[in-house]
Amino acid sequence: MTGPLRIGFIPLVDAAALIVAVDKGFAAAEGLEIELVREVSWSNVRDKLNIGLFDAAHLLAPVAIASSLGLGHVKVPIAAPFNLGINGNAITVSPALYAALMEEIDGDRFDPLVTAKALARVVAKRRQAGAEPLTFGMTFPFSTHNYQLRFWMAAAGVDPDEDVRLVVLPPPYMVDSLANGHVDAFCVGAPWNSVAVDLGIGHILHFVSDILLRAAEKVLAVRQAWADKNCETVAALVRAAVKGAAFIEHPENRAEAARILARPERIGVNATVIQRSLDGRLKISPDGTLRESNRYLLVGREGAGRPDPAQAAWLYAQMVRWGQTALSPDALVTAMDVFRADLYDAAVGRSGLATDEASVAFGAFAGPAFDPRDVAGYLASFDVARRAR
Amino acid sequence: MSAEQSPKIVIVDESPVRAAILEEGLREAGFTEVVHIREMQSLLARIYAVDPDIILIDLENPSRDVLEQMFQVSRAVRRPIAMFVDQSDSASIQASVEAGVSAYIVDGLKKERIKPILDLCVSRFNAFAKLQEELERTRSQLEDRKIIERAKGILMKVKGLTEDEAYVLLRSTAMREKKKIGEIAQSIITASEMLK
Repeated sequence: MTGPLRIGFIPLVDAAALIVAVDKGFAAAEGLEIELVREVSWSNVRDKLNIGLFDAAHLLAPVAIASSLGLGHVKVPIAAPFNLGINGNAITVSPALYAALMEEIDGDRFDPLVTAKALARVVAKRRQAGAEPLTFGMTFPFSTHNYQLRFWMAAAGVDPDEDVRLVVLPPPYMVDSLANGHVDAFCVGAPWNSVAVDLGIGHILHFVSDILLRAAEKVLAVRQAWADKNCETVAALVRAAVKGAAFIEHPENRAEAARILARPERIGVNATVIQRSLDGRLKISPDGTLRESNRYLLVGREGAGRPDPAQAAWLYAQMVRWGQTALSPDALVTAMDVFRADLYDAAVGRSGLATDEASVAFGAFAGPAFDPRDVAGYLASFDVARRAR
Repeated sequence: MSAEQSPKIVIVDESPVRAAILEEGLREAGFTEVVHIREMQSLLARIYAVDPDIILIDLENPSRDVLEQMFQVSRAVRRPIAMFVDQSDSASIQASVEAGVSAYIVDGLKKERIKPILDLCVSRFNAFAKLQEELERTRSQLEDRKIIERAKGILMKVKGLTEDEAYVLLRSTAMREKKKIGEIAQSIITASEMLK
């Protein structure tokens, strides 16, 4: 290798394993010299990785798959040898929408089916009253946020393309957009939900772990061709990220990790807000109500770092469900091959588990159990869906 | 859109100077229908109000992800747009990303029509970057000159030198130490402040 590796990232808490791996010296200990480059949009991260301006990147898991399939952009096969985060997103709603939902709520307010049904009633009432449809912000067309919002509301019959508006907003603009009424709700990663609650302009309605117990969120992505040529470097990168993740998951290191991440050239948000996200202990209402969950964001625990091809299959199924592409058995295989458990295993010296063994428990609150071997059957069970053009 | 008509171009850029440079270039090349959007709030609505054939956006702009939504079929999107990607010409993609600009086109617009526009964008963006660099250099030169003036003043006062003698001393010291004259001047200022 000549010169340092250039790795792009978006300032979000789920870049933690990567940032800590570099800033705590785990990468240097693996013989890697890394320059982290903070980016402003997922499109930039994708394009700079694709054309080789970045050697690796913190990337939305669905973007890695979309790139490999040539959806929405040039086709560049991507390999993800490390999973940077499981879960970590939340759905935040404006005080007005929160009040409207609570008026319609019939059951446990933390049960996503109950809130989705309340949403369906709010949507119906607004339509009757001739009001504008509700607008939901999310981060990218090929994003977990997009699919999680859709999965949630569709479970109660709300059609995300017909009954409400889903709009893409860059994460740093989410909070302003909620404050000025440009959107009524959003689904985004940490720390933006907490920032909205702290400002008194939002209520966290759900952690996405309410919707799916286990959802692959961001991956460490490299070009597949680059991975083939730089096996040793990829392995070293994975080991550094594994150490970064392990450091963060140690409760006594959380404060230090939060301080590292808080720096202006990294995430640039108050360290206590970041620590709340790492601890899974979030203020969910402006009145100070706390909610704790051990599933809010998994950085390395419960095998979160090991890419799970079944998760890639689930994300691909969402692309098909919402009309971003048509179902094809070959594309499914390509999508699953993006999540390289084999590269992870090779790096950490672990004998490979069968992929089926890892593909347990998405823990979705609605729909049948997901089986990568029968995506068509799985998709047929949902009433609300889009067909690809 | 007939072949003779100039395509309608939207420039999404928060830098008014760069947008002006680009707009001027486009007009000179005969593209007369150019609209600059600076305000990122409700960006899609603003774009649809103009109903452009081509959208140009700078890569420093987080709202680039908003444009990616226009590939999708949804209620929020009226007219599907595609990113300008010439699969056969990776050099042009590389050039545009490196220059910091990206182009989105309405489905159906011919590649031959967008290529010269993108090339023009790349060269104007590069020209703007160069201009900024020069401005930065001039600014630091000006700053250097001010520092040298102050250091000369200190030397004249402390050592009783004339202005010319003070400058010669600074310059010869810089040459001997293999440093920039500005650096030597700065260390004189720092030292004199410490000794105050």
